[in-house]
Amino acid sequence: MSSGTLYDKVWNFHQVKELPGGSTQLFVGLHLIHEVTSPQAFSALNEKNLDVKFPNLTVATVDHIVPTINQQRPFSDPLAEEMLTTLEKNCKSHGIKFHGIGSNSQGVVHVMAPELGLTQPGMTVACGDSHTSTHGAFGAIAFGIGTSQVRDVLASQSLAMKKLKVRRIWVDGSLQKGVYAKDLILHIIRLLGVKGGVGFAYEFAGPAIEKLSMEGRMTICNMAIEGGARCGYINPDETTFKYLKGKEYSPKGQEWDKAINWWKSIVTDSEAKFDDEIQLDGSSIEPTVTWGITPGQGISIKEKIPNPEMLPKNEQQIAKDACKYMNLEPDKPIEGTSIDVCFIGSCTNGRLSDLQEASKIVQGHRVATGIRAFVVPGSQKVAKEAKQKGIDKIFLTAGFEWREPGCSMCLAMNSDKLEGRQISASSSNRNFKGRQGSANGRTLLMSPAMVAAAAINGKVTDVRKLLQE
Amino acid sequence: MKQEFPKGEIKAIRGRSFVIKGNDIDTDRIIPARFLKCVSFSALGEQVFADDRKELKGNHPFDLDQNKGANILVVNDNFGCGSSREHAPQALMRWGIRLIVGESFAEIFFGNCLALGIPCITSSKQEINKLQNLVNQNPTQIWDFNLKELSISNEKESFKLNLEEGAYKMLYSGKWDATSQLLDEEERIKDTVNNLPYLNSFKS
Repeated sequence: MSSGTLYDKVWNFHQVKELPGGSTQLFVGLHLIHEVTSPQAFSALNEKNLDVKFPNLTVATVDHIVPTINQQRPFSDPLAEEMLTTLEKNCKSHGIKFHGIGSNSQGVVHVMAPELGLTQPGMTVACGDSHTSTHGAFGAIAFGIGTSQVRDVLASQSLAMKKLKVRRIWVDGSLQKGVYAKDLILHIIRLLGVKGGVGFAYEFAGPAIEKLSMEGRMTICNMAIEGGARCGYINPDETTFKYLKGKEYSPKGQEWDKAINWWKSIVTDSEAKFDDEIQLDGSSIEPTVTWGITPGQGISIKEKIPNPEMLPKNEQQIAKDACKYMNLEPDKPIEGTSIDVCFIGSCTNGRLSDLQEASKIVQGHRVATGIRAFVVPGSQKVAKEAKQKGIDKIFLTAGFEWREPGCSMCLAMNSDKLEGRQISASSSNRNFKGRQGSANGRTLLMSPAMVAAAAINGKVTDVRKLLQE
Repeated sequence: MKQEFPKGEIKAIRGRSFVIKGNDIDTDRIIPARFLKCVSFSALGEQVFADDRKELKGNHPFDLDQNKGANILVVNDNFGCGSSREHAPQALMRWGIRLIVGESFAEIFFGNCLALGIPCITSSKQEINKLQNLVNQNPTQIWDFNLKELSISNEKESFKLNLEEGAYKMLYSGKWDATSQLLDEEERIKDTVNNLPYLNSFKS
């Protein structure tokens, strides 16, 4: 049993009571909702004649279904319009703050909440979306929930949860130039497996983690769920405080100083006990790309696509499936694999720094002939700041499309989709069969800079070669 | 045959079963994202595994005549990984699934199923393979799941299963729908709120 970790401390603060059966009634400090997983929860609430218990602790936005080209209302897709209207109505009738399209603060829920300062250290955060783990970057305990649980949080501001074990993933050294947080987390998931984290919260720590920006930390925690961990977190430090200072919902004045004191008090103790510990060397990590149909099927840019026969027995079948589905040949290098579509965006890598890093690669180049490449900022704030810095121009000049904020092709609930057997270089988080909108479309996950490099060369490229030019 | 949705104590489930083979079957495959465009779960049953079914042109286990009316699914490792979408278990439940037996389940999927009263129970790789072979050999076989004994059996064979204690107790007592329990604790919730620094201007 872990003790003295941030996870333990935050858990204790939020524990309402022990429930029969060994789970805990856990208070939720910040509940984020959006249009996809909340309508049925509100219906259930209304059927039971229940109110939203703490409407001021729930915050809403719209992200999954929003079109990224024309955001005029009503949306051209009547189902998307119905979902948005339903959310608007529910927020209005229950007194919930809604950051809609016209608000200048709409965006992918895991991008917009941190940038408004809504996510803070020591909170419990829940949202009907598995990538809620993102908010752990601030030292919050944040997890994705199902719609029945969204109903529970609306009704009681609490959840029945089982306490997780804590695994510390200690990353020494520092990432090489051209290697990003995305490469690190893809590397970790490859190492520990897509179900390696089941039953665990991941504490990411060590010099390489401490050197990451808040954006990089969010990328890491975002994909903790892809490694099977319900949540991942990083202890808050000066980087965290600096990011939060002056944000719209951050504490102000005297409260700020008190907040810092509390935030410092909840970090993992030096003598804390973990249920499991893993150590790796961050400086040995190379740019990493997935070749298969789970985020765990990743290799470094210098490696060859694995031969299923050479893998451990329990991985062989899924590797065979993956090679067949991806139509990629075993024992061939992943570098040089031709691609059709390039997507920069999503809750993993749709933040300003992601766009900035990618734009550095793009500047002075053109998207290769026949490649469709597009950038979808994670939020309206990201879009605005990127425009102020001229980042949109860099992409547009190079032949990228520049879109309005939303989840877009990461899961393709709007019209941004792969077609047929198209293969994409994607900065998103899942390479599952059919994930990006075509039942047989293919996804290679990589960092935004690597996607940019792929767009320019029309094939999977080691971004470091472009950095040297 | 239209089956009622689960309610109350879930101590026994009886019925025919079928197999979905493969590890890491994710929620995008169970219910592709385009079907999430809905404000009610009611139509999801028909859309379960839509893309896999289309690819297999009527030969997918969810399309085979012999599996109509079956209510037990036997799966492999890390079933339900990926998204937190409750649409996935909702789609399975609305198709008629009432019990899932497998090597292991993704955590959010497991919790979502539990919240609907669908037990997700596990056994070793060897035992699951054995069970899957038996089920495939004789799809008309009726199986009995017994929660108390944590077993699934027919007249000849019986398999021991595993379920963590919390989920076991919730299913056994019928208290797998947590809302009412959570609402019982008004006072304690107030106490928790009063002790949370970030909800009290960090006074403490």
